[in-house]
Amino acid sequence: MSAIAGGPAETYLSHESTIASWLLTRDHKRIALLFFASITAFFFVGGAAATLIRLNLVEPSGQLLGADLYNRMFTMHGIVMVWFFLIPSIPTTLGNFLIPLMIGARDLAFPRLNLASWYVFNISGMIALYFIIAGGVDTGWTFYTPYSTLFSNSHVIAAALAVFVNGFSSIMTALNFVVTIHRLRAPGMTWFRLPLFVWGIYATSVVMLLATPVLAMTVLLIALEHGFGIGIFDPALGGDPLLFQHMFWFYSHPAVYIMILPAMGVASELIPCFARRPVFGYSGMAYALIAISIIGFFVWGHHMFTAGISVFAGVVFSFMSFIVAVPSAIKVFNWTATLHRGSISFDAPMLYALGFVGLFTMGGLTGLMLATLSIDVHVTDTYFVIAHFHYIMVGGTVSAFFGGLHYWWPKITGRLYPEMWARGAAILTFLGFNVTFFPQFILGYLGMPRRYFSYSPDLQAWNVLSSAGASILAVAYLMPLFYLGWSLLWGERASANPWHATGLEWRTSSPPPERNFALTPLVTQAPYQYNPSDGSYVTQDGIANG
Amino acid sequence: MASLRPEMQYATLDQQTETAQLGMWVFLATEVLFFGALIFGYYIYRISYPDEFVSAGRDAKFLLGSINVAILVTSSLTMVGALECVKRDMIPRAVAALLATAGLGFAFLGVKGYEYVQDYHDHTVPLLSFVLKPDQHAPAELFWAFYYVATGIHAVHLSIGIGAVLFYAWRTRSGRYSSLYYSPIEVLGLYWSFVDTVWLFLFAAIYPLGRAG
Repeated sequence: MSAIAGGPAETYLSHESTIASWLLTRDHKRIALLFFASITAFFFVGGAAATLIRLNLVEPSGQLLGADLYNRMFTMHGIVMVWFFLIPSIPTTLGNFLIPLMIGARDLAFPRLNLASWYVFNISGMIALYFIIAGGVDTGWTFYTPYSTLFSNSHVIAAALAVFVNGFSSIMTALNFVVTIHRLRAPGMTWFRLPLFVWGIYATSVVMLLATPVLAMTVLLIALEHGFGIGIFDPALGGDPLLFQHMFWFYSHPAVYIMILPAMGVASELIPCFARRPVFGYSGMAYALIAISIIGFFVWGHHMFTAGISVFAGVVFSFMSFIVAVPSAIKVFNWTATLHRGSISFDAPMLYALGFVGLFTMGGLTGLMLATLSIDVHVTDTYFVIAHFHYIMVGGTVSAFFGGLHYWWPKITGRLYPEMWARGAAILTFLGFNVTFFPQFILGYLGMPRRYFSYSPDLQAWNVLSSAGASILAVAYLMPLFYLGWSLLWGERASANPWHATGLEWRTSSPPPERNFALTPLVTQAPYQYNPSDGSYVTQDGIANG
Repeated sequence: MASLRPEMQYATLDQQTETAQLGMWVFLATEVLFFGALIFGYYIYRISYPDEFVSAGRDAKFLLGSINVAILVTSSLTMVGALECVKRDMIPRAVAALLATAGLGFAFLGVKGYEYVQDYHDHTVPLLSFVLKPDQHAPAELFWAFYYVATGIHAVHLSIGIGAVLFYAWRTRSGRYSSLYYSPIEVLGLYWSFVDTVWLFLFAAIYPLGRAG
């Protein structure tokens, strides 16, 4: 610990160093690090499953895993990556660390609830590890009935329970953020002076609060039906499997916005800072986040175009899916416009952020293709869909997560990371990602269905290319583990504001003291007061810097 | 009175109180969606299978359900009474009102348990004792599946509420709350009244079926 802390001032890392002071901490900054440890572990569990999937698909016969094991592997990959990495990723780590700092508060509104959220997350993680070790689940992460309830002999109940318990953690964290942002803003921190990252986390939290309970009820019914045969989705009793799909996607489509809205918030912090320009159209950016979170609740039916919903419902959901693209496009245009006439530097966080914008745009535009009924019926359940949502969730969210991690790393740890290594990893991520997933668009258009363990031999070249890309991506994701770990011990010490940024989080020492600020800041400025002509900036509490 | 100082993340006790209330309201919003998903599913099927649901609903114990409405509405009254007593520093009376609230909660659970036993004897429990009546078709069982899931989850919520009310009765008795600081009791009351309100919705969905003429 002393190596990290150093310096004369007491920091949140150094003021106590017993194990109990970590496991019983109520400090949002320490809890952020606890979450970071948990989700990193699950990222590599999910990544291991992905590795086996890509290895299996190198060869058309799929003999490596075989059908049954392959089913369990992609289910595990989906469940772990969705609920144990992507959904908690940015909110529980960067969000937890930064929200109080950015709004000038001493902690979140409910510190005990915050710690409880981490414990609940780990309990759900243990249940997930149990179902994985006990033999896995073969239903796909979507648990579609009646297969999941009547036919599957795998560990459906344990998986459903893991997801159910995980939801409590989501709700606890989201509730904490919403209440904190409403009630604990520093004097002068009006809603339209909030950094866009805070807006992103706020919009995310609202979606989490309103969608997660529906998922909880849905998986509860799945578990009860699988275990006790109560038959709510059983066609023999008049139950309707489509009702399950409606309830599932009522959560699971907004869940995509739970993953992407925080990433948008991160990009909106990074791009103005490294372009040295105020974000273009601040209020439009904030309204767009809220618009996405609201409209996102009314598009779930586009997952069911071919499931037997009416043509009328299909048209409505298709239309709504186009509408949700409008605020998303506003954001992409505004990020791009922020760059215009900026004084751009390509540090690692900026490389990740630019990668995010490009990959998110690809994912979004292919999403429009899928929202078109006449295209969707041809490419639904093919690798086109797989590629589309990986561009959003991995290309978008994971890139932004890494970008944010590098950007705030000096604040979190008090150490600078090695810049050239980080730029290398950022570029490798972008390349590896595209080599992995772009071939999957082509595979999808050629008709390769998702979730098949074997495929026609004439598709092998694209599959080998995709697997080769995955190995590049794996290296790119492993690299930060080493050089960021190295920087913890040997990295150069960070100043309070190494990026010359304007947010309140940079107005306290790196790493911050336990109570964040010596004095509660008084906010007088809008965020992102950067000047590209001479690199000067004004912080949110009104300090002008050369 | 240690609790008269706000926790370190708040500037004032008022801010802490407002935050606690907002927290509970936000939590109740998630609960609305939780029960809402189930009740929504119930109405989907009720509209799809009107005759089967009416036929199954006739076997629901209307009298017991109604008694439970009366019990829970009364318990909301005693809950509010407890809050008003704390606000006026009438601590023993507040403790009595909280104990009465918990007692009414237990009474509800007792009536509900008795009702479940009756339901079992009437062969309406899917898996355990279910028998279709001569005039009924398969979807009638769906009605009972929803009935047990909904009332069961409600009973879990009520049990948590009883535990919380007893806990806060104990803390009230030990003198933690007064006219100067009573926000935990107020927040607890929000939760309690929410659980009562859920029962009103469940009652309206379940018990009057098949009794209009």
